[in-house]
Amino acid sequence: MADQSVAGLSGMASGMAGDRSARARLVIAGLCVALGAAMLFSLTSGASDASALAVLHDGLFGASGGMDALSARDRLIVYDIRLPRVMMGVLVGAALAVSGAVMQGLFRNPLADPGLIGVSAGASLGAVAIIVLGGSMLAPLMAFFGTFTLPLAAFCGGLAVTLVLYQVATRRGQTSVATMLLAGIALAALAMAATGVLIFVADDRQLRDLTFWSLGSLAGATWQKIGVVAPVIVLSLAAMPFLARGLNALALGEATATHLGIAVQRLKYVAIVGVAAAVGSAVAVSGGIGFIGIVVPHLLRLAIGPDNRYLLPASALLGATLLLLADAVARTVVSPAELPIGIVTAFAGAPFFLWILLRKRGILDL
Amino acid sequence: MIEAQDLTVEIGRRRIVSGVDFQARAGEITVIVGPNGSGKTTFLKALCGELAYGGRVSLNGQDLAAMKPVKAAGLRAVLPQAAVLAFPFTVREVVRLGLVGGRSGVSAGEEGRLPERALARVDLDGFAGRFYQELSGGEQQRVQLARVLCQVWAPVLDGQPRYLFLDEPVSSLDIRHQLTIMDIARDFAGQGGGVVAILHDLNLAAMYADRLCVMHRGQLSATGAPGDILDDRLVETVFGCRLQVGKLPPKGMPFVLPQSVY
Repeated sequence: MADQSVAGLSGMASGMAGDRSARARLVIAGLCVALGAAMLFSLTSGASDASALAVLHDGLFGASGGMDALSARDRLIVYDIRLPRVMMGVLVGAALAVSGAVMQGLFRNPLADPGLIGVSAGASLGAVAIIVLGGSMLAPLMAFFGTFTLPLAAFCGGLAVTLVLYQVATRRGQTSVATMLLAGIALAALAMAATGVLIFVADDRQLRDLTFWSLGSLAGATWQKIGVVAPVIVLSLAAMPFLARGLNALALGEATATHLGIAVQRLKYVAIVGVAAAVGSAVAVSGGIGFIGIVVPHLLRLAIGPDNRYLLPASALLGATLLLLADAVARTVVSPAELPIGIVTAFAGAPFFLWILLRKRGILDL
Repeated sequence: MIEAQDLTVEIGRRRIVSGVDFQARAGEITVIVGPNGSGKTTFLKALCGELAYGGRVSLNGQDLAAMKPVKAAGLRAVLPQAAVLAFPFTVREVVRLGLVGGRSGVSAGEEGRLPERALARVDLDGFAGRFYQELSGGEQQRVQLARVLCQVWAPVLDGQPRYLFLDEPVSSLDIRHQLTIMDIARDFAGQGGGVVAILHDLNLAAMYADRLCVMHRGQLSATGAPGDILDDRLVETVFGCRLQVGKLPPKGMPFVLPQSVY
């Protein structure tokens, strides 16, 4: 297995064999640089020809009217169209990747993923309900929560699925992976059936919105939407590092984690609510973007090991970077039209998922 | 001291442990023996708060039921019978997990070297960089013990004795490492800590136990120094087989020589 060669590398002559924290810090630093580069690339690539240098100069020093100055039109494109899209990509990518890593730690299995086990489907149901019924049956909700109604509904849908899933799949502190995946399929099917009913009653305009939204896209990014979901995503991501040590201990089982001093019930509660909030918000603004939550933590575990103190921040960085790259592909591959980003992540992620299964046959026998 | 009063554990409708009074003192190794299914592991799990129980359990006089996990983790460490690991951690990373509760009792500067020291203690020098999941069962068992040792490295902290709960700590070990592990337990007790261990090997139990508790059908059928309680009649009633218990000079330590019933 590839894991073995990783161990060999970590056994340096430093006398700290098996300690991968130095390498993890290095990787995290590298990922910071990569994310910065991806953001700059996303800001400067597209139909307008604002150069990277000009955008950087403008961002750092304001419009100074020099040779590299942005035209008013370019400024509009960069600040009101591309920047919100980039920020949205960063938030959604980080939210999905970290949620994947946390769920995997919680379920003690590398195959747990919000998209795979129905959490995203539950969030979608909540969001679709608001899109379709927001003007009629659920109008009072809309009146009360305003722009927060959609993310809130997505959060509730995701939370409901996660809670049911955990109850079904966990018995006496041990989570059955097969049960989890199958229950996830059942819950996803249920959520999609309910979504189908809503689609059935939707009118033509809503229908078109729904179709594009469900395939996943960052195209609808606006500062207003970011203002709504950014606090939720940032808050829930900020809570995750506090779970890292507990999730590490959980790798030894719930009983042992308790013996090590972890308040396991509280840990599970915070993790489930945090994941549902992050995924719900991400789904609410960007629709069904799959596989980020499974691909990113898996790659990182190969590189820096499963220690959540490093895995969680690294996942946020790599998730954001990969989603920006996927968005760049989505924008350019059928240019001037635009592919929904969910299609890009699925085309890249699904084969990757199969590859994990091939490498680790018998993973379900855990 | 660890004390259980009228401890009862029911799983489903079955009563596995019924009304056990039990004491384990600091500075001693208390060994629990008994046939399969007699309730030893269930009893130990209740003692360390892993299972719901009736009755009362106290650690150093404080009620376990009212104790937060982090407080209990500062007073006792638990070696489970079988330990599974969900992700590919290295041996060092697994042993370091013993420090999650943060009460090893050594200075912060020394704590970084604690995994190495604990590994050396269980005879696993040079294993820190290996992957846990690739080790043999016996090696994994010793890594887990190293992790447990890190958690309560100082047997006495702030004047409070600390405890090791060991559920069949030598079940997959060769004879040399069985003795290594039991010597670690003896050292721990010698420095003022307390050890509660479940063992299957009556000879090992007789050799190391300061107090022996014989469990039978969910109750303690005998408690005392091995030399005082271990005899032919007890072994026959509890284990249901005829064995001669001999005594070794000079101190009269009991020994049991297994022989076929045929």
